Amino acid sequence: MQSDVYQKIKDHPDFQILVAKRKSFALKLSAIVLVMYFSFILLVAFAPGVLAEPVAQGSVTTWGIPMGVFIIISSFLLTGIYVKRANTEFDEENQRIIEECLKG
Amino acid sequence: MFKRLKPFVLFPLLSLSSLVFAGDAISGAVEQQATNWSAIIMFLIFVAFTLGITVWSSRRTRSAADYYAAGGGITGFQNGLAIAGDYMSAASFLGISGLVYLSGFDGLIYSIGFLVGWPLILFMIAERLRNLGKFTFADVASYRLGQTQIRTLSAVGSLCVVSLYLIAQMVGSGKLIQLLFGLPYDYAVVLVGILMVLYVTMGGMLATTWVQIIKAVLLLSGASFMALMVLVYVGFDMGNLFQQATEVHEKGIAIMGPGGLVSDPVSAISLGIALMFGTAGLPHILMRFFTVADAREARKSVFYATGFIGYFYILTFIIGFGAIVLVSTNSEFLNEAGALIGGNNMAAIHLSKAVGGDWFLGFISAVAFATILAVVSGLALAGASAVSHDLYANVFRPDATDEEEVRVSKITTLVLGVIAIGLGILFEQQNIAFMVGLAFAIAASANFPVLFLSMYWQRLTTRGAMIGGWLGLLTAVSLVILGPIVWVQILGNESAVFPYKYPALFSVIVAFAGIWYFSITDKSAAGAQEREKFDQQFVRSHTGLGAAQAADH
Repeated sequence: MQSDVYQKIKDHPDFQILVAKRKSFALKLSAIVLVMYFSFILLVAFAPGVLAEPVAQGSVTTWGIPMGVFIIISSFLLTGIYVKRANTEFDEENQRIIEECLKG
Repeated sequence: MFKRLKPFVLFPLLSLSSLVFAGDAISGAVEQQATNWSAIIMFLIFVAFTLGITVWSSRRTRSAADYYAAGGGITGFQNGLAIAGDYMSAASFLGISGLVYLSGFDGLIYSIGFLVGWPLILFMIAERLRNLGKFTFADVASYRLGQTQIRTLSAVGSLCVVSLYLIAQMVGSGKLIQLLFGLPYDYAVVLVGILMVLYVTMGGMLATTWVQIIKAVLLLSGASFMALMVLVYVGFDMGNLFQQATEVHEKGIAIMGPGGLVSDPVSAISLGIALMFGTAGLPHILMRFFTVADAREARKSVFYATGFIGYFYILTFIIGFGAIVLVSTNSEFLNEAGALIGGNNMAAIHLSKAVGGDWFLGFISAVAFATILAVVSGLALAGASAVSHDLYANVFRPDATDEEEVRVSKITTLVLGVIAIGLGILFEQQNIAFMVGLAFAIAASANFPVLFLSMYWQRLTTRGAMIGGWLGLLTAVSLVILGPIVWVQILGNESAVFPYKYPALFSVIVAFAGIWYFSITDKSAAGAQEREKFDQQFVRSHTGLGAAQAADH
C-alpha cells in the first residue's frame, strides 16, 4: 500500500507544482548566497583595493566592513525568508497533497 | 595573574603561510602560566553542572533513538543553539579574534567563509536529510544504494573527519589549559578525554545536546558582554573604534583591508569550496538534524544556528578590534618584546580582563575551555555512531538488536577517548594546523558529493558513488600531504609537489566527475534497480511521508 501512495503523490499534479516551486525558490536563494560570497572572495583575490577603499573622505572605515557585515546579515535573513515560506505555504500544500492521496 | 612571566613563544599563527584554518586549530608552543584559580573554579562549576545534566539524561536515554538522536525531541530553537555550540569552537573564538587583532579585516574574510555554508545547507540539504535519515548521514547516502559499500565509505569518511578534528581539539585543549588555567598540558588532554567519554556514554545525544546548548549560551553571553564594553568605550561609534585601532596598530590603515590571507584566485576559490561544502559534510553537524521532530523543525534549526553563528562572528570582529585598542596599548598584557603575552590567540582573553577584571577573565577562560568539551562530545558521538550504526549494525551484523548496537557505540566512544588522549599527548609538539583544513577537505570531497548526489541525481549508482567518493577522499588526503604545509613545513622537503594549501577545488571536482562517470557507465541490473528506487525516495524526501518519527516520552 505504501508504494501505491508514493506513486499517487508523485503523479499528483499539485505535487509536481510544489516540487517545482520549492526547487526554483531554493535555487534562487542559493544563487544569491553563492554570487554574494564568491564576488566577495574574488574581490579579495583580484581587487583587494576595492575593499580597502574608505567609505567617505577622511574616514578610516572601508567598504569591506559594511560589505562583510552585509553578507553575514543577509545570509541570516535569507534563511529566515526560506523558512517562513517553507514552513507555511509549502508545508500546508504538502500536507494537503498527502491527505488527499492517503484518502484514496 | 600573569605575573612572573618569561618571554613567550608566539603561536605560528603569526606566519601567514601557516594560516590553514588557523582559526580552528590552536597550535604552536606555549608556556604554562601562573595558576588561574578563578577560572579553574568556574570551570569546575560548569563540569559539575553538565555532569548533573548527564545523569539526568541517562535516565531518559533508553532506546537507540534516544541515544543517537535524543528521541527526536529537541526543538528547532534548542537545536539551533546546539548546532552553534557544536560549530563555534574554542579555536574559532580565540583564533578569529586573534586574527582580527593581528591583521584586522582578514578575520572577517575568514568568518564569512565559515558562515555562508549554512544558508546552503538549509536550501539544499536540511529538510531532505531529516525526511530520509534516522541517525547518521549515511542513512541518507545509502538509502537506495548498496548498504555495505556506501556505509563503509561514509563511515571511513566520518572517522577521518572526526579523528582529525578530535586531535586538533585535544592538542588545543592542552595548549589552552597551560595558558588559561596554568595547569600542565597532559591534565587537559586526560580530563577532556574522560569527560567526553562520560557525557557520551552516559547521556548520549541528549547530554551532548545540552552541553552544547549551555556552552553556546555562556559563550554568546560572555562575548556579548565584551563587545558591549568595547562599544561603550568608543561611545557606540564603530568609526571611532576603527580610528583608534588604526592609530595604535603597527600596520596602521592596512588593517582595514584584505591583507594576504588569501592571495591567489585558486586558493581563494578552493578555500571557499572547502568551507562551504565541508560544512555540509561534517558528520557531527549532519547528525544534529535527526534530533528534531521533523523537516519543519530542522529548517528552523538552521535559521537560528545561522543567526547565532553570524552574530558570534560579528562579536569576534568587535572583540578583535577592541583588543587592538585596549590590550595592545596596555603594558600589563605585553611581554618585554612588546608582543601579546601567550600569543595572538590570547587577545580575547586579555580583553576580558581589561573590560571585566579578574573574575570575568576567569569566566571567559572557563568558557573557552568548556567550549572544547562541547565540540569533542559531538565529535565522539558522531564517530561512535559511524562505527556502531553504519559499520556494526548495517554491515557486519545486520541482525543486531538496538541494545547491542548502543553497547557497541559506547565501547567505541571509550576506545575513541583512549585514542584521543594518546594522540593528543603524542601530537603535543607537532604542527597540527593542517588537520582541521584536511578534515574540511575530506568532508567536502567524500561525504558531501555522495550525500548530495544521492538526494538529487537519479542516475547515481552504488558503483559511481563508491568509486567517486573514494577518489575524492584519496585525492584530498594526497594533495594535503603533497602540499606546502605537510610536504615542506612538516616533512622538510624543498618545495611542494602540489602548490596550493587548499585541495578542495581539485578533490571536489575529482569526486563529482568520478561519481558521474562511473554512474553513467554502470549498466548493471543492480544499478537499474537503484535508479528505480529514486522515485520513492524523491517523494519521501519532499513530503516526509515515512520519515523517522520522534520517540514518545
